Amino acid sequence: MSALIDVAERVLARLEAGAEAEVTVSRGQEALTRFAVSFIHQNVADDRRSVSLRVALDGRVASSSINAWDDAALDRLVRNTIEACRLSPVDPGWPGVSEPQEAVAVEHWDAGTAGADPAQRAGMVSAFMSAAHGLEAAGFCETVSGETAYLATSGQRLSGRATQATLDGICRTADADGSARATSARLADLDGPAVGAEATRRAREASDPTDLDPGRYEVILEPACVVNVLYFLCFHGFNGRAAEEGRSFARLGEGQFDPAISLRDDVTDPMSTGLPFDAEGTPRRRIDLVRSGTTRALCHDRRTAKAAGAASTGHAVPGGATWGAMPANLILEPGERSRDALIAGVQRGLLVTDFWYTRILDPRTQVVTGLTRNGVWLIEEGRVVRPVRNLRFTQSYLEALAPGAVRAVGSELILSPAAMGLGTLAAYAVPALHLASWNFTGGARG
Amino acid sequence: MFDIATAAVEAALAAGARYADARVMARRSQSMSARNGDIEELSQEEHTGLGVRALSGSGWGFFAIADLTPVAARGAGERATAIARASAMVAGPPLELAPVEAHQAYWEDPVAEDPLSVTLAEKGDLLTSVTATMRGSGADVALASCDAWDTHKWLVSSEGHRIEQRIRECGAWMSATAVGERETQRRSFPGIRGQYGTRGWELVRELDLPGNASRIADEARALLSAPECPPTQTTLILGSEQMALQIHESVGHAVELDRILGWEAAFAGTSWLDLAQLGRLRFGSDLMSITADATLPGALGSFGYDDEGTPAQRVDIVRDGTWVGVLSGRDSAALAGVPAGGMVRGDGYDRLPMVRMTNIGLLPGDSSLEEMIAATDDGVLMDTNRSWSIDDKRLNFQFGCEIGWEIKGGKRGRMMRNPTYTGISPRFWGSLDMLGGQAEWTFWGTPNCGKGQPGQVGHTGHPAVPARFTGVRIGVRG
Repeated sequence: MSALIDVAERVLARLEAGAEAEVTVSRGQEALTRFAVSFIHQNVADDRRSVSLRVALDGRVASSSINAWDDAALDRLVRNTIEACRLSPVDPGWPGVSEPQEAVAVEHWDAGTAGADPAQRAGMVSAFMSAAHGLEAAGFCETVSGETAYLATSGQRLSGRATQATLDGICRTADADGSARATSARLADLDGPAVGAEATRRAREASDPTDLDPGRYEVILEPACVVNVLYFLCFHGFNGRAAEEGRSFARLGEGQFDPAISLRDDVTDPMSTGLPFDAEGTPRRRIDLVRSGTTRALCHDRRTAKAAGAASTGHAVPGGATWGAMPANLILEPGERSRDALIAGVQRGLLVTDFWYTRILDPRTQVVTGLTRNGVWLIEEGRVVRPVRNLRFTQSYLEALAPGAVRAVGSELILSPAAMGLGTLAAYAVPALHLASWNFTGGARG
Repeated sequence: MFDIATAAVEAALAAGARYADARVMARRSQSMSARNGDIEELSQEEHTGLGVRALSGSGWGFFAIADLTPVAARGAGERATAIARASAMVAGPPLELAPVEAHQAYWEDPVAEDPLSVTLAEKGDLLTSVTATMRGSGADVALASCDAWDTHKWLVSSEGHRIEQRIRECGAWMSATAVGERETQRRSFPGIRGQYGTRGWELVRELDLPGNASRIADEARALLSAPECPPTQTTLILGSEQMALQIHESVGHAVELDRILGWEAAFAGTSWLDLAQLGRLRFGSDLMSITADATLPGALGSFGYDDEGTPAQRVDIVRDGTWVGVLSGRDSAALAGVPAGGMVRGDGYDRLPMVRMTNIGLLPGDSSLEEMIAATDDGVLMDTNRSWSIDDKRLNFQFGCEIGWEIKGGKRGRMMRNPTYTGISPRFWGSLDMLGGQAEWTFWGTPNCGKGQPGQVGHTGHPAVPARFTGVRIGVRG
């Protein structure tokens, strides 16, 4: 880590007096072993590094990054950023760099994961496939490690490191796929045979599906679907930028959700992964976005916080000035019902494993369209009666979690890597949800 | 740079690989965005590194580094081979590479005005002025951005490829959002993803952002009080920007050979297309002819050679409604028994080259948008993509547009908000009955096509014209 801090100090030392600046230096490894048609077909790894500099001079702001840190590269980085600053218009929304604040002492790091080799990842794939019992399998095993140092001219100095490992796969029958996945900061936590067995069981149980008429059904959304719902609620709703622009549904202090919904972001939770500070050097802390159905807070980076007259909540995303702030360690508070108990509580509805290709139609109303994937089952009178073919839905995620709409919350928290755009170390821990109504607008076959 | 790549290839072979290639890539990029009359973000990136592929038995390995020294390059070659050997722990069928001549060449795209040489002040003035104009014309949120890339790459393979390329790309975008009491409405120009190409800054000048800023702000505001697109089945006319999306999602991805072979089954998905039907399957009406053409000057998916050294080429994908071609790389082509299509590219030095769309486009017909409207007694015109969702077999889609207009008695009528349509790909394309002509043929560029694990962003092109479809279900809402 001291090497990264040294690089950051060399960058700051090159700046002229009076410049306000922050520099982020990082390095790490990303390795991913991918399999399909029951063999490893793509197997990649890289050693990466980067130096990112943001400078403010007389109200003019510019950012640059480079993936080298020899003297010539750092000279070029500083020179180009300063030149860009001088040619840029004044940025009236510039919030300044982070003031010195300590981050919580938490480290989601595992040396075994950071040092994982291709044979270990291939071994995990092999373990998954051993449980497939002849079914075609596809998926990936990934290990990621990263170290980051953040220094600013304000005196803010932070550093940290994190690891993450994921095993994610499907097993396939002639007419159905079944999926399973596991994520942790530690590769050793992943149970390849168990994940493979789960995907195999789901594929077999999803086989020989029949059509079901579209319409409104009760649903049990498995955790992967719930992650998707929360991602949209956060990106378009709890995001300080969306609120500032009037695109957000969020109204602080109002009971916008069912009382069963409590949502927080908490890097200190043992299940979490990632760093205890954000891309702008603001320490992350626990924040309750929804408490017992009431909207309590928004996520801010420094820019949206300044506009709102608030403080940054530590949710700046690299390159996210245009998009705003996003949580990296969401936790949806679990309930008390096991998966079987959730199913037992459904009169007539659908059990949905995964969503696919969800896109928002309107951010204010949170109407989203997408499809089901990797297993859908009809539940009648508390029993799974048969698999059905994939369906398209067009549904307001906000209405789906509105007061009175959540019948039950599952008891088991599952950690999943967050959706695209957040960086590879963001992960959300969520349970399954039993919802009163979901609007299926068509069969996937038309 | 060739020496660095050569060192990596030699080390991979010495470690036991039976084939290896190495690509040094140096990419400079610049992105600027403005919001409501102020610059919001200016960032510049300079990333250089080496990516090595090694084939051992039937297993691939890929390793990438940022350190461009001969020692590090040799180490990367050895690591790539070690990873390929690990792949053999869960080995696949025997793998060959479709034959390609080992070219030694240089290629660059012609650029009139280097996009990275245009001053930041000029770019800033453009973006702040158009966002101020939109804001002054009623937009609650006015955004604009421009991007430029300058990519230099050197490819060496163990078969003798030695290819240097320089590709410059740029483009711009703007949007106006009006916030209503219950929903928001947005208009983008020239499209939801802007317009991008393998061209210089002259492309941005031709877009005429200032000349359209006020109009789209007016339209966004007007949409808030426009009637909602009704749920019905009707004749649908799509503008060329939405057609680019339609082609990208329902044709381009569906004909990717890696998807068809099942290599993307767990993530991006598979395809409803079966190779056994290649050359016979009806994909659409006789008016539908689609090509993958990486040689189109200025289009965003154009290049000289792909990242395996295969020359850019034009491949027929759908001819007169019949499916006849796929997007392929050397390994997938060999497995499928088709020629290498030259469609493999990687996003940066640190990403594995994979099957990517080039310029997947619809060949023009002999009609025009105005003729289609005049020939439609009852229907809807939609344009500018707003939302897009399609199943994992690329069969069932539901797309939304920013704006629609009612068509009655051959005339464009009142504006409609929240227009959506849905369909099953071959049925939808089978209902294509009118097609815009050469004069309306636009090479749309998509700078953000996501694919692969780890994720990669691809630059693809989509030549498109307005088109008319019959019997389409529209107005699907939650």
